[in-house]
Amino acid sequence: MTDIVDRVARVPVPIRGRVVRGRSFSVRLDPRAIVVCAVLFGLTVAVGLWSISVGDFPIPISDVVATILGNPTEDSEFIVGTLRLPRVLVGAGVGAAFGMSGAIFQSLVRNPLGSPDIIGFTGGAALGAVTMIVYFDASATLVSIGAVGGGLIAALLVYVFAWKRGVQAFRLVLVGIGAGFAISAAIDYMITRAEINDVQRAAVWLTGSLNGRGWDEVRTIGAALVVLGPLAVLMQRNLDRLDLGDDTAAALGINVGRSKLSLVLVGVGLAALGVSAAGPVAFIAFVAGPIARRLVNSPRACIVPAAFVGALITVVADLAARRLLAPTELPVGIMTALIGAPYLLWLLTRQARTGAL
Amino acid sequence: MATLLPSVEAGENMAGLLEFDAETSNAAPDWRVHLAGDPVRRRSISRRLAGVLLLLAGVGFGVLVSLAVGAKSIPWSTVLDAVFSYDPEITDHLIVRELRLPRTVLAILVGVSLGMAGALMQGVTRNPLADPGLLGVNAGASFAVVLAIWAFDITSVSSLVWFAFIGAAITSVVVYVLGSAGRGGATPVRLALAGAALAALLFALTRAVTLLDQATLDQFRFWAVGSLAGRGAEVGGQVAPFMVIGVVLALGAARQLNALALGEEAAKSLGTRINLTRVISVLGITLLCGSAVAAAGPIGFVGLVVPHAVRVWFGPDQRWLLPASGLAGAALLLYCDTLGRIVARPGEIQVGIMTAAIGGPAFIFLVRRTRMAQL
Repeated sequence: MTDIVDRVARVPVPIRGRVVRGRSFSVRLDPRAIVVCAVLFGLTVAVGLWSISVGDFPIPISDVVATILGNPTEDSEFIVGTLRLPRVLVGAGVGAAFGMSGAIFQSLVRNPLGSPDIIGFTGGAALGAVTMIVYFDASATLVSIGAVGGGLIAALLVYVFAWKRGVQAFRLVLVGIGAGFAISAAIDYMITRAEINDVQRAAVWLTGSLNGRGWDEVRTIGAALVVLGPLAVLMQRNLDRLDLGDDTAAALGINVGRSKLSLVLVGVGLAALGVSAAGPVAFIAFVAGPIARRLVNSPRACIVPAAFVGALITVVADLAARRLLAPTELPVGIMTALIGAPYLLWLLTRQARTGAL
Repeated sequence: MATLLPSVEAGENMAGLLEFDAETSNAAPDWRVHLAGDPVRRRSISRRLAGVLLLLAGVGFGVLVSLAVGAKSIPWSTVLDAVFSYDPEITDHLIVRELRLPRTVLAILVGVSLGMAGALMQGVTRNPLADPGLLGVNAGASFAVVLAIWAFDITSVSSLVWFAFIGAAITSVVVYVLGSAGRGGATPVRLALAGAALAALLFALTRAVTLLDQATLDQFRFWAVGSLAGRGAEVGGQVAPFMVIGVVLALGAARQLNALALGEEAAKSLGTRINLTRVISVLGITLLCGSAVAAAGPIGFVGLVVPHAVRVWFGPDQRWLLPASGLAGAALLLYCDTLGRIVARPGEIQVGIMTAAIGGPAFIFLVRRTRMAQL
């Protein structure tokens, strides 16, 4: 079965960039990827600053910058330091985590539809987190652990149920969609059965909202990125070789089973910690990877650029969700769904036209 | 295929033809064959009549259980008394008559509609994964209803039902067009994905509207999850006429759908007016789904699970499949609703959650069983 990823991979792309060699390693640096990442980072910072400055209580950008650099004015200290800065940071961090996770899974499944939010992994993480909140009245750490556990169990179950003499991408996607329905029913059941205080906490979190995120969530997502981010970047090599097919990858000296498993663990970990910080924000993981690949014009999975794309999308979507219909605030998950669902439809018609689906 | 056509005399022979086709064809295995239910066998009339009787008994027992079980258990004898010799002075009679009877009637109406709509959708799209919830038709109807409440301040079910119709009709056409764009027409996978994407989009829009306006949210909350609770007796009466028309349209199209199951070419050469059949079917689906959503909110998976289960016993003949799916849908919804009252006593779980809990695994089972890999 051919799909878009295979097709893209077959288009010859000249190898660009310069190779940096050390005594025991060598890295190829692609200038285009670096430029793309730098531009995306700059845009994210700019939109982030703008997002901090606007609101019911506008603060001039100069004051925002001054506050962040440590010279707060009277008003700005609380609004920037406690309310808006952590919110923007959580948004950017969650977007980056979802973006990386999406890029990993889309490359592993060899299909853009294989992102964790479509194949039910984020749903599983949400179920794990809600279980912790409702039944164990858990702290933030335990909620994160629950989310990671739930995501892993969901990934395992979806994979097992999709297994039938090998795993076909489309069976995986459809099984994931089915699992998503069952998972959301289970979440609804817990919400109905739980005590009202827990329900409040779980419901706010389930909308996939950045509203009211504080430094606790910044720490969660920051730790996730610091620990898992470098791992994901290191695994890019294995991911690229696995993209050539299992046999070729094995011939190139990759332990196929082990490297797939570690990629899945890192991918699920990133998605689940993103979920535990901001709730299941829809479609970021799904759109970030393909956009990054297009920007960098690379046949490989672009894990790092996807992180920057995810961060930018989330920060922009949150700004739009806050200000578009002000004073009413929408959860960021609604904005990302409004972007992501049309893209999914477009992808379907496109894949159908090229006969890939 | 063409050389086989003369042997087709009536729907009864179709099963054999399909089986033959499946085994001798050198082409890649065709999922359409699976719609006929495998293994394909001729079903005797007596077997089917027995099946109908079983389903009727199931619905009857479901009605009794639904009347008797709830936050307050009421003995069978009292239930029967309440129905046949009603005394408004007795509290138990009041509960049965005023609360549980309307709810039970609504469960039957909605169940029949969803079961038949599912069978109709699977028949006309020749797609084993068709379901009003899965293909986004319910989401379209919900969005239209929310829009009507928000923009036009409409609250009566008899007016909302029209918006639900419009929403259901537009979404079903859009999903089909999106899913069948490009080479190879509408495959089950494409339709399911297009439905899931459209449902996600419509759901986000619905949420946005409800968050914008607190009053709308309050109205919408009551049926957003798909619930039979707290609907008055008049709701059933208001949607019933539309459902009846939908059922008549569905049954009218049954014969033509049988021919369509052989493929467009074969159906044409058998004298079927394909486009007319499709229009009638879409009209039926719209009426059935729209009125079900207007009455009880979006309830998924009944339309997916029921026709597959019924097909195992009744075979692929739409003339039996459609009515049997209606009965089985009513039974399933009755039991799901009652179960939702038992597992969370003294509260209850909305029937939409119950059907999703059953439907998700059933969907996975179907995906594994049918030969999806080739799609």
